[in-house]
Amino acid sequence: MTLVATPQLMHFQEPLRLSSGASLREYDLCFETYGRLNAERSNAVLVCHALNASHHVAGVYLDEHGQPTPRSEGWWDTMVGPGKPLDTDRFFVIGVNNLGSCFGSTGPMHRNPDTGEIYGADFPVVTVEDWVHAQARLLERLGIEQLAAVMGGSLGGMQALSWTLQYPERVRHAVVVASAPNLTAENIAFNEVARRAIVTDPDFHGGHFYRHGVLPKRGLRIARMIGHITYLSDDVMNEKFGRQLRDAVQAAGYKYSTQEVEFQIESYLRHQGDKFAEYFDANTYLLITRALDYFDPASACGGDLARAFESVKARFLLVSFTTDWRFSPARSRELLKAMLDCRLDVSYAEIDAPHGHDAFLLDDARYLSVVRSYFERMKP
Amino acid sequence: MNRALAPASADLQTLADLVPPGSRVLDLGCGTGELLAHLVRQRGCSGYGVEYDDANVQACLARGIDVIQLNLEEGLSLFADSAFDVVLQIDTLQNLRNTEVMLRETARVGRLAIVAFPNFAHWPNRLAVMRGRMPVTKVLPYQWYDTPNIRVGTLRDFRALALKNKLRIVDEFGLQDGRQVRWWPNALASRAVFKLQRA
Repeated sequence: MTLVATPQLMHFQEPLRLSSGASLREYDLCFETYGRLNAERSNAVLVCHALNASHHVAGVYLDEHGQPTPRSEGWWDTMVGPGKPLDTDRFFVIGVNNLGSCFGSTGPMHRNPDTGEIYGADFPVVTVEDWVHAQARLLERLGIEQLAAVMGGSLGGMQALSWTLQYPERVRHAVVVASAPNLTAENIAFNEVARRAIVTDPDFHGGHFYRHGVLPKRGLRIARMIGHITYLSDDVMNEKFGRQLRDAVQAAGYKYSTQEVEFQIESYLRHQGDKFAEYFDANTYLLITRALDYFDPASACGGDLARAFESVKARFLLVSFTTDWRFSPARSRELLKAMLDCRLDVSYAEIDAPHGHDAFLLDDARYLSVVRSYFERMKP
Repeated sequence: MNRALAPASADLQTLADLVPPGSRVLDLGCGTGELLAHLVRQRGCSGYGVEYDDANVQACLARGIDVIQLNLEEGLSLFADSAFDVVLQIDTLQNLRNTEVMLRETARVGRLAIVAFPNFAHWPNRLAVMRGRMPVTKVLPYQWYDTPNIRVGTLRDFRALALKNKLRIVDEFGLQDGRQVRWWPNALASRAVFKLQRA
């Protein structure tokens, strides 16, 4: 049976005070739900998205004829749905687009109610903690006092962690995939390169490019290209592209040009960059990478992660992937160690997958069966 | 570790009875989590299993047992000193390259270590070697060329290793068909069992 997704919008009048001290006076959150909330309201699972995803976690959209739109599957459709590892026949699953994003929730492309102008660069900096507060308000509106589980990969995993820290009474389980307790210097460095690519694009106009009727697509393309490299592993890139040349080059030989596309990998990265620049907002990219940089729950406890987890009550499943160098297994083990020190109920799976960080979104039997087993034992 | 040599259920029961009720337990090489599940449900224990094998990790989760996927050859640095009341090392030590370090680590993270392994000095094994062949038995079911047991030892060998590492032997006995063997265990039991503490 096809799972049909329907996005919904919820408006919030109460101002949301942000970590920065600024406030959002009013805002909308775009979300989708799958499955049915049970009578006890105890089977809700919140799925948090990472950098470039959205509230559209699972299922497909229908076109005007009631037919599934091709390639409209949610970003975690392998994981979430009827009979999937996170089974929507048992759980009521919620996906929320985060504030500052560009897929429906209030973000830099929307009007600031105080000025009537498009926010652009004036959209306040948001943190993982801010997102979690906003998600908590949405759940209150939906009548959900406690989540059966919160789940996410990468930046989504950070939100899941943050839930267990900020609302220990309101979440029973957390599934944290390919995530980390904070970003390393190298990781922040990659984000900074991406941000510089965007900010130095002449079409960026200090973040107010909407007024100029242009988009800083060059910057976004490069940001995506560098990001994409870090989501893959050397092995998988070699296997997929190696030193393969483009077909035209293969036939005629090198063009001996520094500007032309010669190798398949160049062509692939440009394609990824082009695609991304078509749909993603430059200010959103800046905001979300910043939220990644700032996340560091141990910092409030003098860098002691175990102390940060002292008041946590949730049970955890942590998953990492051996070839993920952006959010490496070592980072998941830091989380694991802190949880073990706090005697939390935690399980940890280290999946031997070749796909690097991207593995968390892919269809890997061992990975999916680990998550499936964990949810099967969970009381809805 | 792939616990291919899952102790027969009678042996498992005897080993389970060594764990005080309510203990915080770490089961190193926990296999599918059978023993830990028994300890949690029947003896009110809590804790984690450690496993390397993907299928076993999944089996533990399917049982609702907390499991940590880890290669024991990498040591136990994840665990703090005396983090557990009991650390179980059942039929895994003989599969490890760094046996001696792991023994010390086992005693470090647990207030009590319970170690069990196939006793190579059991009489059928001695007989097989006297006949010129390596033993193939219920407890040692492998051929010499495909055995995962890269360390073969006896009850007396292990006692010497424990003492060398300044571990206190709280108890030691042989295990045969679920029974404790206390008279001449080095010859009459297929499995050796030690309860150890840091001195």
